[in-house]
Amino acid sequence: MGKPTGFKEFAREGLSYAPVADRIVHYKEFSSLPEDMSRQGARCMDCGIPFCHNGCPINNLIPDFNDAVYRGKWREALDILHTTNNFPEFTGRVCPAPCEEACTVNLIGDAVSIKNIELSIIEKGWEKDWIVPEIAEHKSGKRVAVVGSGPAGLSCAQQLARAGHDVVVFEKNDRIGGLMRYGIPNFKFDKKVIDRRLTQMRAEGVEFKVNANIGVDIPAKKLLEDFDAVVLTGGSEKSRDLPAPGRELKGIHFAMEFLPMNTKRVLGDKIPADQWISAEGKHVVVIGGGDTGSDCIGTSNRHGAASVTQIEILPKPSANPDKLLVWPNWPMKLRTSTSQEEGCDRDWEVNTRRFVDDGKGNVKAIECVRVEWKQENGQWKMSEVEDSEFELKADLVLLAMGFLHPVHEGMLDELGVDKDGRGNVAANTDDYRTSLDKVFSAGDMRRGQSLVVWAINEGRRCAASVDEYLMGHTTLPR
Amino acid sequence: MNTSTSHPHMEPGMPKKQGLYNPANEHDACGVGFIANIKNEKSHVIVQKGLEILTRLTHRGAAGADPREGDGAGILTQLPHTFFAAKATELGFSLPEPGHYGVGMIFFPKNKGHRNTCRSVIEQTIVEEGNSVLGWREVPVDAVAADLLDSVLACEPVIEQVFIARGEGFADQDAFERKLFVTRKVVNIRVRKIGFVDVAKFYTASLSSRTIVYKGMFLSHQVGAYYLDLSDPLFASALALVHQRFSTNTFPSWELAHPFRMVAHNGEINTLRGNLNWMNARRHSMQSDVLGEDLNRLWPISNEGQSDTACFDNALELLYMGGYSLAHAAMLMIPEAWAGNTLMDDERKAFYEHHAALMEPWDGPAAVAFTDGRQIGATLDRNGLRPARYLITDDNLVVGASEMGVLDIPEEKIVKKWRLQPGKMLLIDLEEGRIIDDEEIKRKLASARPYRKILGETQIQLEDLPDKIPTMPPNHEVLLQRMKAYGYSQEDLKFLMAPMAISGQEAIGSMGNDNPLAVLSNRSRHLSNYFRQLFAQVTNPPIDPIREEMVMSLTSIIGPNPNLLGMNDNTPHLRLEVHQPILDNVELEKIRYIDQSTNGKFRTITLSLCYPVSQGVEGMKPAIDALCAAAEKAVSEQYNIVILSDRGVDADNIAIPSLLATSAVHQHLIRQGLRTETGLVVEAGTAREVHHFATLAGYGAEAINPYMAFEVLYDMQRSGLLPDDIPRDEIRKRYIKAVGKGIYKVMSKMGISTYQSYCGAQIFEAVGLSSQFVKDYFTGTRTQIEGVGLAEIAEETMQLHREAFAHSPGYRNALDVGGQYAWRNKGEEHTLTPEVIAKVQHAVRTNNYKLYKEYAKSINEQNGRLLTLRGLFKFKPCTPVPLEEVEAATSIAKRFATGAMSFGSISHEAHSTLAIAMNRLGGKSNTGEGGEEPERFKPLANGDSMRSAIKQVASGRFGVTTEYLANADQIQIKMAQGAKPGEGGQLPGHKVDARIGRVRHSTPGVGLISPPPHHDIYSIEDLAQLIFDLKNTNTDADISVKLVSEIGVGTVAAGVVKAHADHVVIAGHDGGTGASPLTSIKHAGSPWELGLAETQQTLVLNRLRSRMTLQADGQMRTGRDVVIAGLLGADEIAFGTIALVAEGCIMMRKCHLNTCPVGVATQDPELRQKFVGKPEDVINFFMFVAEEARELMAELGFRTFDELIGRSDLLDTNDAIRHWKSQGLDLGPLFHRVEPNGTPVFHCDKQDHGLDALIDNWLIKQAKSAIEDKKPVIIETKIRNSDRSFGTMLSGKIAKKHGQAGLVDDTIVIKAKGTAGQSLGAWLSRGVTIELAGEGNDYVGKGLSGGRIVIYPPEKSGIVAEDNIIVGNTVLFGATEGECYFRGIGGERFAVRNSGAVAVVEGVGDHGCEYMTGGTVVVLGGTGRNFAAGMSGGVAYVLDADGTFESRCNMAQVELQPILSESDALEDYDHQGPDMEMHGRVDIEHSLSQNDQQILHTLISRHVHYTNSAVGKKMLANWADYCGKFVKVMPVEYRRALQDIETEKAAKEGKELTHG
Repeated sequence: MGKPTGFKEFAREGLSYAPVADRIVHYKEFSSLPEDMSRQGARCMDCGIPFCHNGCPINNLIPDFNDAVYRGKWREALDILHTTNNFPEFTGRVCPAPCEEACTVNLIGDAVSIKNIELSIIEKGWEKDWIVPEIAEHKSGKRVAVVGSGPAGLSCAQQLARAGHDVVVFEKNDRIGGLMRYGIPNFKFDKKVIDRRLTQMRAEGVEFKVNANIGVDIPAKKLLEDFDAVVLTGGSEKSRDLPAPGRELKGIHFAMEFLPMNTKRVLGDKIPADQWISAEGKHVVVIGGGDTGSDCIGTSNRHGAASVTQIEILPKPSANPDKLLVWPNWPMKLRTSTSQEEGCDRDWEVNTRRFVDDGKGNVKAIECVRVEWKQENGQWKMSEVEDSEFELKADLVLLAMGFLHPVHEGMLDELGVDKDGRGNVAANTDDYRTSLDKVFSAGDMRRGQSLVVWAINEGRRCAASVDEYLMGHTTLPR
Repeated sequence: MNTSTSHPHMEPGMPKKQGLYNPANEHDACGVGFIANIKNEKSHVIVQKGLEILTRLTHRGAAGADPREGDGAGILTQLPHTFFAAKATELGFSLPEPGHYGVGMIFFPKNKGHRNTCRSVIEQTIVEEGNSVLGWREVPVDAVAADLLDSVLACEPVIEQVFIARGEGFADQDAFERKLFVTRKVVNIRVRKIGFVDVAKFYTASLSSRTIVYKGMFLSHQVGAYYLDLSDPLFASALALVHQRFSTNTFPSWELAHPFRMVAHNGEINTLRGNLNWMNARRHSMQSDVLGEDLNRLWPISNEGQSDTACFDNALELLYMGGYSLAHAAMLMIPEAWAGNTLMDDERKAFYEHHAALMEPWDGPAAVAFTDGRQIGATLDRNGLRPARYLITDDNLVVGASEMGVLDIPEEKIVKKWRLQPGKMLLIDLEEGRIIDDEEIKRKLASARPYRKILGETQIQLEDLPDKIPTMPPNHEVLLQRMKAYGYSQEDLKFLMAPMAISGQEAIGSMGNDNPLAVLSNRSRHLSNYFRQLFAQVTNPPIDPIREEMVMSLTSIIGPNPNLLGMNDNTPHLRLEVHQPILDNVELEKIRYIDQSTNGKFRTITLSLCYPVSQGVEGMKPAIDALCAAAEKAVSEQYNIVILSDRGVDADNIAIPSLLATSAVHQHLIRQGLRTETGLVVEAGTAREVHHFATLAGYGAEAINPYMAFEVLYDMQRSGLLPDDIPRDEIRKRYIKAVGKGIYKVMSKMGISTYQSYCGAQIFEAVGLSSQFVKDYFTGTRTQIEGVGLAEIAEETMQLHREAFAHSPGYRNALDVGGQYAWRNKGEEHTLTPEVIAKVQHAVRTNNYKLYKEYAKSINEQNGRLLTLRGLFKFKPCTPVPLEEVEAATSIAKRFATGAMSFGSISHEAHSTLAIAMNRLGGKSNTGEGGEEPERFKPLANGDSMRSAIKQVASGRFGVTTEYLANADQIQIKMAQGAKPGEGGQLPGHKVDARIGRVRHSTPGVGLISPPPHHDIYSIEDLAQLIFDLKNTNTDADISVKLVSEIGVGTVAAGVVKAHADHVVIAGHDGGTGASPLTSIKHAGSPWELGLAETQQTLVLNRLRSRMTLQADGQMRTGRDVVIAGLLGADEIAFGTIALVAEGCIMMRKCHLNTCPVGVATQDPELRQKFVGKPEDVINFFMFVAEEARELMAELGFRTFDELIGRSDLLDTNDAIRHWKSQGLDLGPLFHRVEPNGTPVFHCDKQDHGLDALIDNWLIKQAKSAIEDKKPVIIETKIRNSDRSFGTMLSGKIAKKHGQAGLVDDTIVIKAKGTAGQSLGAWLSRGVTIELAGEGNDYVGKGLSGGRIVIYPPEKSGIVAEDNIIVGNTVLFGATEGECYFRGIGGERFAVRNSGAVAVVEGVGDHGCEYMTGGTVVVLGGTGRNFAAGMSGGVAYVLDADGTFESRCNMAQVELQPILSESDALEDYDHQGPDMEMHGRVDIEHSLSQNDQQILHTLISRHVHYTNSAVGKKMLANWADYCGKFVKVMPVEYRRALQDIETEKAAKEGKELTHG
């Protein structure tokens, strides 16, 4: 509800960040929440149609928790938050917050800082020790395997465990968390945040098995034999490549090689020098303008890169799109991430023609060309601009152009599960069932690359379907 | 209806129930009158005069499709002995002395066989009852002379009189009369049992030794022409009671005409269903000394399907025959408002309180005239909602009628002119030869027995019983489980309960309702959601429960009723009284253990509603059966209070929904005749919001204990959802208070004022319940389209129970999100979702039809989420036509209108954008009820116009000036609005800025309230009058009447069309953009599909369709909606919410808070700047809608819209998309197409308003030079009661030419003599003066817009002016400026909603200056009760001769001040008082520093100047004495606002000086 006139009285106050010079020397989180979150909650208008609530993929009950925060009812806010979201501390950190784009105040001014309110609630919950395991009163005796420990797998596992099932989560890497663990740098998402949640889940009875690559280390068929249901939440990890001439040169890496390795080291692992990808003192070019690209920029700067340049094939969006034509939908607009703010050049409508060899098998530059986009019969068409070729110095090239689909080799191939046209595991959002009996799929593995918040949502909903499949009915929320 | 020849398959008379048309929905209202010779001198003149009164009341009746077809009229007289004696002799038998024989007036079927059978039943019964038949007489009639239509003749009965000789064995005439009554009842029962089906039914119009009734399906003048008896000079009587009927249907039958055997009634019994039920429920508890065994032979007292008056007559007759005097019986049935009346003496109060336990009031507006042949009298309902005036002459005549002027009586013969006041009675005892006034009748009856003492011995007040300790509430977790089991949602707590507990009032919401009906919802819904509250529209008024609270009462009497006919019983019957029906937990325990405190006189049993959950859905039926059996057994074991309790729900036990259980037990006990032997109290965990309580009450709960609601509120406080600083007791009290207020509102919506008569009255329509289910458990409730039955209801309960007790991770601490009041993703469905709003706004802003189609698709295709009834429709396959042959989208768009949204509720920007867009489109925009700035009447430089084509006239009459009306293409009378039918709007003070204040003629910063009723429409004939008034102001404009869909709306619409409306709007329950109480938004009214279909069907049946335009309104969204509305009968379609959405509204639902962030529904200047809508957006939207409609028309094979109107036969149910709950719906009645028989079923004809014959045409001609050249004229004329709206058409012409400024004062002076008809000088323009020597009727100076009205008694008059009435009720309603001087007393609601006129009068009735917002009223005499209720502006000066005025003044919003002289006033402010003179107009601009003495003196001087008033002269002569006796009535808010204005002015002047 907030205060009826709060949006007129109070200004939006966002996160405050440590100065760039201070923060790029470490890998710790560097943002802090405003002191007075109550005033931020007061800015909520309690809309008759809360567009935010629809803008949020997981349908967080935003007006309700805003109001609770406004009234200082943190415990109540936490309960509200947890009815829709298993892991608000994840989304409170890394969600791009489509809710705020959909916020009604955004239509006429600055959106309510919903994401920060979410974060403040959940952190208060941890701080106050309000977050305790919710242990099932009865065990069903059913066993469920969840393959993949990203946000989809974790939310699915937690829901199923709470419903009384024995859940085992299989993770191919050495640590739990999937892309959240290794894809997102620590300075944006401290990994302890995952660990503390895992302690709750273990107490609720979830068993975690790491270094267990199904279809490689353990035959997928074994799971079908050992478990009453199997949920595939392995993510969408097949990176999009850039098959330009010179791609084989050294110094060209997928972001998902660069970032995980860095995080491992931050978490204390020793990385052999010959395997270590360093940006120190290098001219770094990041290809791809998304969040992963930003993560590469932040990490490179922390390595001490000589320069960082980010190029994007799409046009530079407007910083202020006409809200009357896009609100409450997600707008294509120019955004600047904290990592970009820390120092990088950005360029748009740039296509990479080839990677230039330094003669020693290392990349030394990339050859680019400018492109332009035109609409033909409703389709956007790209064409190169004549005589616009230029070269960018590049000692390290990081490819951050997104993911194509799940990795097919191994588990999926072994199971022979049906895929959709885009190479994702085929399943609908009504029951998340795949073409195979007792096999379900959720998260990026089913929907393709997406947001953490979508993954959590799918994991939860999938859990309800699994529960219904196992028990004939379910009381898990969808 | 000329049916017998053209369509032989159809019966003439009342058509059968078909489609949604049901003859049971019939309403009537009328003109009533009587004349009597006080000394009982019988003469033929009385009969003649009676018939003349009837003729002079013609305008109060109505004609059907054919203007010669009347609705019914009749006359009741004493038995004309000389006449009958002569006739008997002619027929060969002789009559005994008067009193020794009776005469029956019998209507026989035409069929000879049937007739003979009936006759022999009569003869046989007469003999069996101990009398004998003297002979029969055919009543001579002349249908040709009476000019009866074929349709009337088709159901004309054969009319005969039977003469019955009094047998031996009767002690006196009374005993004989009683036997005749029994005979009539027995004959009726016997004939009904035979079951003849005849066009003209068997009916006994009267059977008495004292009176006789001549009536039929006539226009008033036809009565005398038809019945030859009535013109026989020998036909003599000392009294005549006459009645002219205005029926909503045109299928009146002969027997529905009044008078009935004892009464003629102008009004409507709103609580009829309940009254009938309670009557039946008494069957076993009723015994009578005088009727003895015969009593048992009289049942049913009323037959099902009779009119309300017929039932009333039956009940009155029973009481009378059972030994009550006529007056006593009438007081029992229509008691005065006694409960909250501090002015009533205790003896009389005790009388009423005692009688309250005997019988619930028959509640509703009523002027009832009654007679037994020896006495004749009349009484008015407690609120005075019908007019009744009377006069007495020096030759012993009393003439009473709905209005004055019904007989030409020489002025000098009149000794008294008065009116019936609310709740008062007039009685003439012909045998005693005198008039017994109200005071005497009631004093005599009240002192007949020591009622206060009897009450002391029998009446137990709950509060006097010792406290008991209530049950301890469970812990939070258990409570939460139970809340879930009872279906509590988070919204219940947040939106409903918290505001009630904090503010003691029900919460307000806005923007209507776009949720599915309960039956369409996939979710479990509270059983009460299937019941829609009924509300009064047109045929009777809603009551204002706040401003007129004095007539309201929540008193409930729990437990057994005493024997109704045991008026002299000496054994005391204990009764338990509560002041209001919501019991807290302590009170419930008091009742539970009442035997301990009453020595076992009361015995309470608690019956549990729970049964094992293991019995599943199938278990509910046996559980209900067992409960009913247990209740019956309890009553037979002398338990006289039954508590139905749903406590005890747990994981293993589930409860029957409390509403279902209550109604089932209530109905079961009624059927067993046991209901009045026990009280029914419900301990309900399910009850939390007002509607829940209203339904429980409506289905028989005498008291309700919402124990869970209290526990929840306490728990909410513990968890911080309620402020800590409100003590727990206070939370409970405020909540109970809010529920009480809410119940008041629900009751008053239907015009019901007491809980006792609301209880069991079933004022609901079921939508989506199967008729079997309703028949079994909610008997008598109407349900039209079938729906769920017990199995589904049980399943809904079961689902809640499962969810409550299941282990549901993540939701353990959370209730369901709800989604009823705001959209929630996993909550209840809404039509307007975030996607829908975004799509349509993006589509109109980018003129993208493809995107619009996506929007339309998401609304039109409701697969998987049913939202509306039309969502379940599909079109039958048709032969398409090419799209290009279909009429253009621009042409279709001309049928579109925007809904009524006032400037005030929405911003100037939002309001004018709609107007510009609609004007460009050729459609119509609607002002709403807030007036319109005159600047908008002129076109803009670019050719656009901000003038709204439709000017709304609502109950508040804000800014309804002559100029406003003259600038309309259509004038719309808002009878009801979808969001809150039966209630008035309100504009909070913070939305009334200077600009809004100017347009509304009110003071900035002062909140504005529209009364629930139009105070000039208490009945259908009143509406006809307002239509007539408005048509006169602007003869070019169509007059529209806006109704809201509910069962029976079709019949109301037929009445409205007969009242000459050109245009009728049927709005759905779900529309609405303004602020309303949540209960009204959610639970009142029905979907437009139902109302529209019923209206079309009824109008076609009545052959009234083509003369009017039918518009549908209510959550219209798409072209498909338009086409469906057309197929169901609409000519036009109005769009409210979605038009706002097109111009930027995003459904914040914050209209009532002034915080609309997009500048639509706010007056906040900062937020208004956020408005982004453009006329083009709105135009794009409507063109898209028209285009979509066009495409559908092509598919359906229609080239023009006119062709598709009423083609409901092309609609069908889309069975493919039904779900478990909607499975049982039967939409067939909606699709029923009434055979039009060649008459057009769309608008293509005109109403005849009968304007040509009006005297105003002559006035206009006389005043031509004045209107055109401003040359002064003086016109002299006679006037009579049929000259209605005198001066109004003239004023309209002036306003059209000269605007509101009108003409120079006194340019047109009209000097009239006689009795004016209603609405004298309505909307009289500036420059016109009407000076009347005579008297006025109701509504004098209605809407006065600058003119002057002066009325004084004629020179020859012998009456003392200041002691007699000179103008009727509701004078100056909605006046905006002008002045009036009345030498005499005014009726009820004098100057109601006056916003600027000045008036001087010599006394007023109840509710004077109600709702006034401006102007000055001077009362030189007494006032009635409730003066200044809701008065928020203006000033009244009232003579307070005896210092008692304060007790009659409603002090809620005003304060009383002495009359200050200028020097006094100057102590506070240094301003000059207004300067007033004797000539020219008086203009008073109030200020705080005004010289009240001077103002008052001047106004009285003017009064004397104009009227030669004797009191006025006396006062001026003794000014020093009188000045101190006046008090100034000053609204508190108004004073504050004036202060603000002056402070601001002073500040501004100061500033200018410094800058200067």
